[in-house]
Amino acid sequence: MKEVDFSDVQGMARFGFSHLAECHYLLLRVRNPDAAREWLAAAPVTTAAARKPPPANALQVAFTCAGLRALGVGEEVMAGFSAEFLAGMAGDASRSRRLGDLGENAPENWYWGAPGYRLDALVILMTSHEELAAWKRTVCSGRWEDGFEVLETLTTSDLDGREPFGFIDGISQPVIDWDRRRNVAKDQLDYSNVVSLGELLLGYPNEYGKYTDRPLIDPPAGGASVLHAAEEVPGKRDLGKNGTYLVFRTLEQDVTGFWSFLRHATGSPEAAIRLAEKMVGRTYDKGAPLAPESANAIEGVEAKAGGPENQFTYDADPRGTGCPIAAHIRRANPRNADLAGRPEGLLARVWNLLGGGPKGFQVDVIASTRFHRILRRGREYGQTVAPALAMTGQGVPEPRGLHFICLNANISRQFEFVQNAWIMSGKFSGLPDESDPLLGPVGNQFSMPRQSQCPVRITGLPRFVTVRGGAYLFLPGLRALRYIARAASTVSSQS
Amino acid sequence: MTPQAGFMVVAPLTRGRESAVRELLAGMNFEPGRCNPLNSLVPFGRLERLHFARIVVLDDQTLDDISAYGRPREDYPLSVAFLGDFDGDYDSFLKELVAMAGSGLRQIFANCSGFSPGCDLLDWLKSHEQRPATYYANWRGRTVRQCREEAALRRALVDHLQQNPEVASLAAPELRVRLREFVRAEQAADRLTLTPEAPTPFGWRLRNTLHAIFAVPVLAVELLAWGVAALFLLRAREKSDPVIAPRPDPELAARLFALEDHEIKNQFSAIGSLKPGIFRRWTLTVLLAAIDYTARHVYVRGRLARVHTIHFARWVFLDGKKRLFFASNYDGSLESYMDDFINKVAFGLNVVFTNGIGYPRTRWLFLDGAKDEQTFKYYIRRHELATEVWYDGHAGLTALDMQRNTVVRKGMETGPMTNQEADEWAALL
Ligand code: HEM
Repeated sequence: MKEVDFSDVQGMARFGFSHLAECHYLLLRVRNPDAAREWLAAAPVTTAAARKPPPANALQVAFTCAGLRALGVGEEVMAGFSAEFLAGMAGDASRSRRLGDLGENAPENWYWGAPGYRLDALVILMTSHEELAAWKRTVCSGRWEDGFEVLETLTTSDLDGREPFGFIDGISQPVIDWDRRRNVAKDQLDYSNVVSLGELLLGYPNEYGKYTDRPLIDPPAGGASVLHAAEEVPGKRDLGKNGTYLVFRTLEQDVTGFWSFLRHATGSPEAAIRLAEKMVGRTYDKGAPLAPESANAIEGVEAKAGGPENQFTYDADPRGTGCPIAAHIRRANPRNADLAGRPEGLLARVWNLLGGGPKGFQVDVIASTRFHRILRRGREYGQTVAPALAMTGQGVPEPRGLHFICLNANISRQFEFVQNAWIMSGKFSGLPDESDPLLGPVGNQFSMPRQSQCPVRITGLPRFVTVRGGAYLFLPGLRALRYIARAASTVSSQS
Repeated sequence: MTPQAGFMVVAPLTRGRESAVRELLAGMNFEPGRCNPLNSLVPFGRLERLHFARIVVLDDQTLDDISAYGRPREDYPLSVAFLGDFDGDYDSFLKELVAMAGSGLRQIFANCSGFSPGCDLLDWLKSHEQRPATYYANWRGRTVRQCREEAALRRALVDHLQQNPEVASLAAPELRVRLREFVRAEQAADRLTLTPEAPTPFGWRLRNTLHAIFAVPVLAVELLAWGVAALFLLRAREKSDPVIAPRPDPELAARLFALEDHEIKNQFSAIGSLKPGIFRRWTLTVLLAAIDYTARHVYVRGRLARVHTIHFARWVFLDGKKRLFFASNYDGSLESYMDDFINKVAFGLNVVFTNGIGYPRTRWLFLDGAKDEQTFKYYIRRHELATEVWYDGHAGLTALDMQRNTVVRKGMETGPMTNQEADEWAALL
């Protein structure tokens, strides 16, 4: 099994660059393809190769399918990308229905990324404190001005690891199997936090042990010889290799609305915090899970001194009396193994498959989680309002929220599935008409199961998060960037 | 208990009438994918025993695939299928259907060859009936009326709790007692109806019991004989059968997309040809009969093996067992449906669909196949049919919703419960 060539992977696939606290997202349209390609060929894109000390600045580049076309990538090559990428996040009404992008959230109301808004590329600039302007001058030089029109500069803020509602974010991430040791041949009896490399990067086997489709090119054709060979198809070059899809959504958070609603619904600031914790699934102070700590080791979860950050599944809390079933983190990652009840031995397994496993309402409803993991790389924007202040309805009214970014190899099976079947679904895990309380709310309600009583139900839940923009992009490997930078010459040499 | 059953009328279209029929069918919808339940042709919403119905043109895009076996394409006449799932017996349902929608059905079937305006519609429908080889219903005995009444019951209970916090804070056993009083009062005031279960029809029960017993030896012998043959014939075929699952045509995919996710449930219709030769036909006949047996006698309480999202499904042989039609009604999006299938019951899909041309390669019938996730999804999309008209008699309710509501109702009608039972019951409110 070949080792991963980290110098061919864009850095954010491996690192969160949290030490680079300043970050701008530049939304670009190609003005002059030749100039854009020339800029790209010389761009100092940061790779995933480990560096000591870590880099003082970083540059990442991703493209929409309009952008790849604008740069001259041929249609026969484009056809190899996934259908979701080709259609785009706002590309058809049925996708918007599935993602919950309806009403206020509908693409027509977006600030950026709506149908007709031609976004070609995303440039991500990251630096340590106060360095951003200088780094921007360095990066946006050469043929930059001729090459691109900057449609929007999305700024971010460093909220010290908390998202605008005030909760610690980025605690749980899948561990990527960079060493390619993972064996997925068998049903997994235990939840593991490790996922196959092919769930993140194209060109490697995924959790099914298969290679996700991506553009494979016959070598002589137009400069494809700069690309790595496709691992599983002899004679083909792999444009997807070491690349991934980048899902970008600007999610505006109504922080004042959030805390004042909770304060009103519960009657006291302390109770409001407790309700918010139930909605998230973690405590406000430390980010500790509400679900009970799991006694067994979980592959890919390190024991942490500060508490059981990720040392849990929901097996010990089936009814959600600890962490409500509707809570954000329980939906976003239900932490399920492949088979309910750990059937060991062939016969027990077959019996389980035939339906002989654990019985009961809401038992074995959610299937395997490992096919639906995403790597989150978003950043916050705007300033937080302390909950105590927000509860009184005060706080500077400026836009704030999350520039949500996630990376995945298969948008429909990973991001779209999580968003559609888990987060926005009113029927997740057999719930009656309630979606994610942070991101919905379908059904406008949130229920918290209790021991020996009926659940507490919060009704009249308003919408706290509004989608303001979004796009599906391709974050290519470095060789693929070089191929794209040369795409035009290839097109002309072919014709 | 009132058993559920299906009907399926299949009739070939008269040449040149395809677009006329499609136009007629489109007129039954508010927009593609959203049927008007009170449309003037077939006002499904007036049929109180009807769970689901659909009308679909069997426009098979995969007829050329047989050339992979060196055989010529068969030009089956383009047919239209009208199928549905209902409570009670077939004869009386069809009578009701004809009474309610006779003229609309005549307008539709006037586009079919062999239909004359003067014919007896009921006879005509019956003579075009295609019986399923396998038929599955999520919960035997759960009627449309029951689904609706129990949904109303739960809504009433939840509203009552919302308005009466002092009741909502009671411990589960007292809570149940108080809510029972509330329900009795609502029933007395005619604001809630909970129709008692009807007696199981004697003839049905007899037939079902006889089938449960006598089908076993027959199936056992068939499976055994087939198993022995399969030992010799299966693997060689599995190794060499071509896989035909290119990426679905974007335009077809977009057309299918447009029909989906208008509510929490979706429909799926698909068609394909069997691999040529007697062995595959035999395999499929035996296996579908075996699956039908389990669907009839084992999986009658909310789950097909591990899958709890399917309301009704059927496999139907067409054209002298040369083609197979599949239809289902399920919860969630097609993506999650396919994922459920792949991750929970790949073996079940494999044993059936591997006998169809082009299916992802299986091993010993059960293994691999659908686990080749992407190829499987392409295969599924490619064989899918655009269902022109689809009616759901309990829109907004998932199979689990229905199951929950039934348990909630039981708690209002049964006698004493242990504290733990009462806790579990209260958790469902
Ligand atoms: C403004 C919107 C959002 C806010 C405020 C938010 C907030 C949070 C918080 C506080 C956590 C807990 C920290 C952690 O476990 O890492 C979390 C976890 C998570 N969120 Fe979000 N989130 C938002 C949107 C989304 C969206 C749109 C998705 C995916 C479609 C998502 C997926 C996840 C996942 C996968 C986790 C980790 C769950 C786990 O592995 O246990 N989030 N989020």
